[in-house]
Amino acid sequence: MGSVSLKSRVPGATIIQLSSGTKSTFDPLMSQPTNVSDPRYYHKVVDCQWGCPAHTNVPEYIRLIANGKFAESYLLNRESNVFPGILGRTCDRPCEPACRRTRVDGKPVAICRLKRVASDLKGDIDEFLPKPPSTENGKKIALIGCGPASLTLANDLRPLGYSVTILEKAEQSGGLMRWNIPAFRLPPAVLDEEINAILNTGVEVKYKSPVTSMKALLTQGYDAVFVGSGAPKGKELDLPGRHDGNADKVIHIGIEWLGGVHFEHIEKIEKRVLIIGVGNTAMDCCRTALRLGATEVKVMARRGREHFKASPWELEDAEEELVEIIENHSPKRYVYENGTLVGMEFEVLEWSTDAKGKQSSTVAETLVIPCDSVILAIGQDNAFEWVERDIGIEFDTKWDMPVVDKTTHQSSLPNVFFGGDAAWGPANIIWAVEHGHQAAISIHQYCQSLPVTDRPAYGMNLQSAKVGMHSWSYSNDYNQSPRAKMNHEELVKRFSNVNVEVELGLTAEQTAREVERCLNCDIQTHFTDNLCIECDACVDVCPTSCLTITDDGDETDLRTRLVAPAVNLSQEIYVSPALPQTKRVMVKDEDMCLHCGLCAERCPTAAWDMRKFELVVPYAFAKPEPAVAV
Amino acid sequence: MTSIAKPPVKHPGLPKNGLGLTKRDYEGAMSTLCAGCGHDSVTAALISAFWELDVPPHKAAKMSGIGCSSKTTAYFMKQSHGFNSVHGRMPSLTSGANAANRSLMYIGISGDGDSLSIGLGQLCHAIRRNVHMLYLIENNGVYGLTKGQFSASADVGSTAKKGEANQNAPIDPILLALTLGATFVARSFSGDKTQLVPILKAGLRHNGFALIDIISPCVSFNDHEGSTKSYKFTREHEVELAPVDFVPLRKEISAEQKDAGGVTSVSMHDGSVVRFRKTPESYDATDRNTAYTHVKECHDRGEIATGLLYLEEGSTSEMHTLNKTVETPLVDVPYGELCPGSGALAELMGEYR
Repeated sequence: MGSVSLKSRVPGATIIQLSSGTKSTFDPLMSQPTNVSDPRYYHKVVDCQWGCPAHTNVPEYIRLIANGKFAESYLLNRESNVFPGILGRTCDRPCEPACRRTRVDGKPVAICRLKRVASDLKGDIDEFLPKPPSTENGKKIALIGCGPASLTLANDLRPLGYSVTILEKAEQSGGLMRWNIPAFRLPPAVLDEEINAILNTGVEVKYKSPVTSMKALLTQGYDAVFVGSGAPKGKELDLPGRHDGNADKVIHIGIEWLGGVHFEHIEKIEKRVLIIGVGNTAMDCCRTALRLGATEVKVMARRGREHFKASPWELEDAEEELVEIIENHSPKRYVYENGTLVGMEFEVLEWSTDAKGKQSSTVAETLVIPCDSVILAIGQDNAFEWVERDIGIEFDTKWDMPVVDKTTHQSSLPNVFFGGDAAWGPANIIWAVEHGHQAAISIHQYCQSLPVTDRPAYGMNLQSAKVGMHSWSYSNDYNQSPRAKMNHEELVKRFSNVNVEVELGLTAEQTAREVERCLNCDIQTHFTDNLCIECDACVDVCPTSCLTITDDGDETDLRTRLVAPAVNLSQEIYVSPALPQTKRVMVKDEDMCLHCGLCAERCPTAAWDMRKFELVVPYAFAKPEPAVAV
Repeated sequence: MTSIAKPPVKHPGLPKNGLGLTKRDYEGAMSTLCAGCGHDSVTAALISAFWELDVPPHKAAKMSGIGCSSKTTAYFMKQSHGFNSVHGRMPSLTSGANAANRSLMYIGISGDGDSLSIGLGQLCHAIRRNVHMLYLIENNGVYGLTKGQFSASADVGSTAKKGEANQNAPIDPILLALTLGATFVARSFSGDKTQLVPILKAGLRHNGFALIDIISPCVSFNDHEGSTKSYKFTREHEVELAPVDFVPLRKEISAEQKDAGGVTSVSMHDGSVVRFRKTPESYDATDRNTAYTHVKECHDRGEIATGLLYLEEGSTSEMHTLNKTVETPLVDVPYGELCPGSGALAELMGEYR
């Protein structure tokens, strides 16, 4: 019944499971002495895993790559993020800005690139992929849209014996992952492989089956319905001239145009193209335009570069292809000559910040930038015209979006759940995956008549990494290599065909260095207060001045009294109980810890130990024992 | 032994001293002492003291003999001068080096074996001569390098790791130094840097021989129940007689500090100030006899007296002063002056004929 298996992967390792009531009331990060038996404390130390919506165990998968265990690394990724090959190329990478290495030498570990290494080199993993269930459980669920959220849900629920039917309006799977991300960034073969791994467990997909009435769908006998239909509607820019002249042929809405290119309805574009908007879709549009015959592509932004929504690496990749990105230009109207689009008028803005920090703009000048075509990439909207408003699904009055519970993904109609971009508007693939996992837990609970608010808890394994005198189960020496740079296909070759993948992956040498840049933040510095003899050895040896033995005080006070003041408030400080000899406390500022293990090596009593932390993430499916020892 | 080198990365918020250096710039090689050795804490305290005093590393000379303690000169200020001498001979070496070049800051690091057994005579004479140096005895009561035999500072009744009790009376370097006329005598504990660092700074600024006896527990052979030099025993039996603050010349003394009750200030020759706080009323750290009596009484009660126990105000007996030696380091004295030749020698000899 509904309980989620939190079996230990390591025989004899401690499992600390919290009761489900702890989630909202208890804040382990503020307690004093610090409660490290709450998985969240050590989880937060692993910055990348804490930053990842799906809590991918990054340090462990990087170590597996370092040991040449690519298949194991891929499968560990797959457990949490389901699409390592896809995400290894396209993820928004919330883990990388969070990476501790950024604070240490300015550049994060190339986490996303390494994920792709695992995916590229995994070899044959068929026998480790989910299998069709041996028995059906008799429950039927319908998933609307075949994107990452629905596919994750299918991945989690199909092995439990659910009959899963995906209703997809297009003729292919993948949703926006397929027709919004150009093939030169994400080859179709990668998509097919990872999607088929899920569909092959016996998931039924009805292609070309747009849902036109939720009311009708609800009468078809499904036990639960999941809406993962994304935010498929590109935003319009209704300025003067939007529908004049040849507008129909030369003014495009970004995501629709990318879809057209994908389905090969569109094969070329005019020479001079303006892209309006500067998000990641704009980046895909400008680079795709270059491959369809455009020679002069400009991306027009209303504000300065620091406000751009596109990921920095996507901006760099576009600029490498000589796309011009123009700041502070606000579009005003489309300009025609003899019924042909010849340009677009812009106001050039100057931004200033007032005393309260509020920004305002003044118009410096107005000018026309010549062009033959315009692509609008200024955002996406949801489209729920097919959900009747009288069937019990409540919509908010302000945004006309369904009211969905943030934790359970349940709508006001108990058997209807939302996830991915369909739930709260456009986000990214990795969030959609996490929504899929959470909605799967809810639907599993719901179909067993258990409260969906009863969420299974996160657990943790903590096991010493000591394997001998001065010997640890991880590479603890600090490696000074700079971040590896992705190798790109040469420019001439990449424009020869819209499907030529630009990123070539990391070389073996780059990979070998990059894995060593990882600081192994999951190998935790674990302190046992009653063993401490206060010899100061750890305090003296710590290269980054993280440790202090001092008189107790409240956190704000303690932060100022450390060997190096703990000024980064986003990072926790660990405070021990009173030490045996002097009743002072051991304080550790997590901010700059390199996890080098010197504190544990210099500790005469093993009060400090390096312990490998594994977050045990609950999923709807009973988590299998790992196929290979981790 | 440690398997990895200390990563070169440092905390970006690490403060800098007057020379623009961080404490990490005062580090040396990675310690090869046992994990938890008190000596490593003394090393860390020295790094703090030198850093806080803005001492340019190349203006210091680290001198040592033989023993665990004598290895520690390698573990700080890798850009400083140094000499690792024969067992127990560090005081003579330093006396000679200091005679030749008084522009360097001399720090001798020794242990209870090096100083109180084989080198005891050497120590006594360096004290007598009032050689301008900071002399540390990292005192753990055992011969750690040879697996834990009692040293000359082991207390009567304290036991070895296997239980055997010591029967020989200890040599107390503090009492010894007081009787020999030492001008700066202190005792501290490696496990208390708040106390140790100001004493080290005062010692480095003292114009003459500054002796600091530092209880520095041996984690491998003398940190057990029967030990009187363990972390636990020292913390339980320590009596802080004369804790000090060190106020370097360049820092103004704030009104609040001046007004604090029970504080006595003693000026050093360079204008910096040592401020004694919390001393018992009967204790006068500038009076040799009171100091002797108190330390002896503490010892008889089984207590360990710590602090800057004796400081001779306005001492003028420093070796160079007494011997009226030249200010300039000999290396900088022009050759003709340093070695005036056979004519000058014949003239000198003539005076005695």
